[in-house]
Amino acid sequence: MTQPDLEPFAPPGAPWVRVSPRLATLRRLLLLVFGLVIAVAALVVGVFVWWAGLTVFLVGLVAVGWMWVIVGRAVRSWGYAERADDLLITRGILYRQLVVVPYGRMQFVDVTAGPLDRRFGLATVQLHTAAAATDAQIPGLVPAEAARLRDRLAARGEASSAGL
Amino acid sequence: MSVQTTAGVPFHRLHPLTPLLRGWKVFAAVAAIATQQLYGGVSVGWLLAGIAASIPVAAAYGYVSWRFTHYLIDGGDLRLETGVLFRRSRRVRLDRLQAVDVVRPLVARVLGLAELRLEVAGGDSSEAPLAYLSEPAAQALRAELLARAAGLHSDTPEAPEAVLVRVPLRLLVQSQLLSVGVMLGLAALLVVAAVMIVLSEWQMLAFVIPLALTVVPAVITPVLSHFDFTLADSPDGLRLRHGLLETRAQTVPPGRIQALRIVQPLLWRSRDWCRVEVNVAGYSGEEAGQTSVLLPVATLDDAFTVLRRVLPDVDVEQVALHGVPHAARLVDPWGWKVEAAGADDRVFVARRGRFRRETDIVPHERVQSVRVTQGPLQRRLKLATMHLDTSPGPVKPTAAHRDAVEARRLVDAEVDAAHRARGAARPERWMHLLEQPPHPTVGQ
Repeated sequence: MTQPDLEPFAPPGAPWVRVSPRLATLRRLLLLVFGLVIAVAALVVGVFVWWAGLTVFLVGLVAVGWMWVIVGRAVRSWGYAERADDLLITRGILYRQLVVVPYGRMQFVDVTAGPLDRRFGLATVQLHTAAAATDAQIPGLVPAEAARLRDRLAARGEASSAGL
Repeated sequence: MSVQTTAGVPFHRLHPLTPLLRGWKVFAAVAAIATQQLYGGVSVGWLLAGIAASIPVAAAYGYVSWRFTHYLIDGGDLRLETGVLFRRSRRVRLDRLQAVDVVRPLVARVLGLAELRLEVAGGDSSEAPLAYLSEPAAQALRAELLARAAGLHSDTPEAPEAVLVRVPLRLLVQSQLLSVGVMLGLAALLVVAAVMIVLSEWQMLAFVIPLALTVVPAVITPVLSHFDFTLADSPDGLRLRHGLLETRAQTVPPGRIQALRIVQPLLWRSRDWCRVEVNVAGYSGEEAGQTSVLLPVATLDDAFTVLRRVLPDVDVEQVALHGVPHAARLVDPWGWKVEAAGADDRVFVARRGRFRRETDIVPHERVQSVRVTQGPLQRRLKLATMHLDTSPGPVKPTAAHRDAVEARRLVDAEVDAAHRARGAARPERWMHLLEQPPHPTVGQ
């Protein structure tokens, strides 16, 4: 099998399937809640020492603003690709990672969705192998896609199952 | 000690001395608590009465729980029934057996008893401990379990073995002393003790005793645990026997070793000594440090002899290793010259460590998943680290700071090699290979 040389995180042939941009919206909502908590804390501090409260507020504003911008890129960095024998998942902007999980190595697949995820119509698919180090999860999937992926992975896993 | 059930399958019980041996621990705990209470002002008479009252209760509980514990071999499974109030019935698939250990703690040895542990993948501790059996029963059961796991008839006699390596006591003790940590600890201990004696400052015992209690066990514990370490080869797999007070006989069937690591601490390297650690799926959890050692200390020649038995027709020394780019010196100034990785069609090999040299060896068919990671600094230097994920254990194979493009090529190559190797892997019931006519080869 000869392949053209790829950058370490380049897609394998077909482009990466990206996760739903709604994941960014969800994370920004959480960020707003976090920002609100900081604002309240700044207010409480500011009642006693005005300049300390202002400092907390400004630092919090910059941090939240920066994260607001980063969240979009972080969510866009997630991607997965199904190949004939394995699933590839990539993620990360600062620390980047690519994991290749052969279907035959899968022990089980989890689909999880918390209450907020469900409101936003999102779910996470996680693959488990016999190695605890395998870090293979895909957040921000539309439930239909998550279910499709789960069933497809389970079927592929059964077809090419191997022992340990 | 078998009881006939209605189904006609004989049930077995553990050895009748089991409650005594387990109760002994309970009794020691009660006595310890009682002694503490003595300082709390409880009178001695009440204390003795309490202890005396707890004996029949403990004995009754021990007897009942022994009565309710059965095991039987049912086709390809071992069934274990335990629990008095909460019944538990567990089935262990013998074809998924990863290792069988016979453990004999000191007290059990005195009574001629042994514990049989079946190790399967998953779970923190042994999933089916049979404690305690008489020694001959434990041996016989181990042979039967291994025969069934191999896919042979249960009456097959225990397979013969050939000793590969025996670690002499002298070598074991020397190897434990030849460690930078131990040497510094012993030196500190000697200096402090000398100062104490010279100055007659006996209050310094408050330093000396804790220091001695950390340094001395660091040397003694491995020596006790690996005393008379014998590694033998048999058709059942590798057999390891070791221990002075508590002895342990481990059997790791063929194909159960997921990854190996050859470790050479700094002070061992001039003598060509090394230690061999392995990942075996059943050996995880708290005892992994003791059970995952294939050779506590041996010469490199011996280690390679063992490697050739574990991985037949693989010559690890012949695998070409490739170094990392010059840029890696910025992230790993000491180790970058040594850092190297390579693969042939059977195994992946990675080497690292300027001072403490480590060499990881992973058969392609044991790789669970493959990863590449890249931190911000690595990204600027166009480097990336490759990880092979195998079952949990001391060996975590990585090839750090490869050229980024090469890392991806290595990942793709490893995924292909693993795919091909899995197709050709031997069956879980390892003796089936010999009994069945070879399959006509398909494809390739």
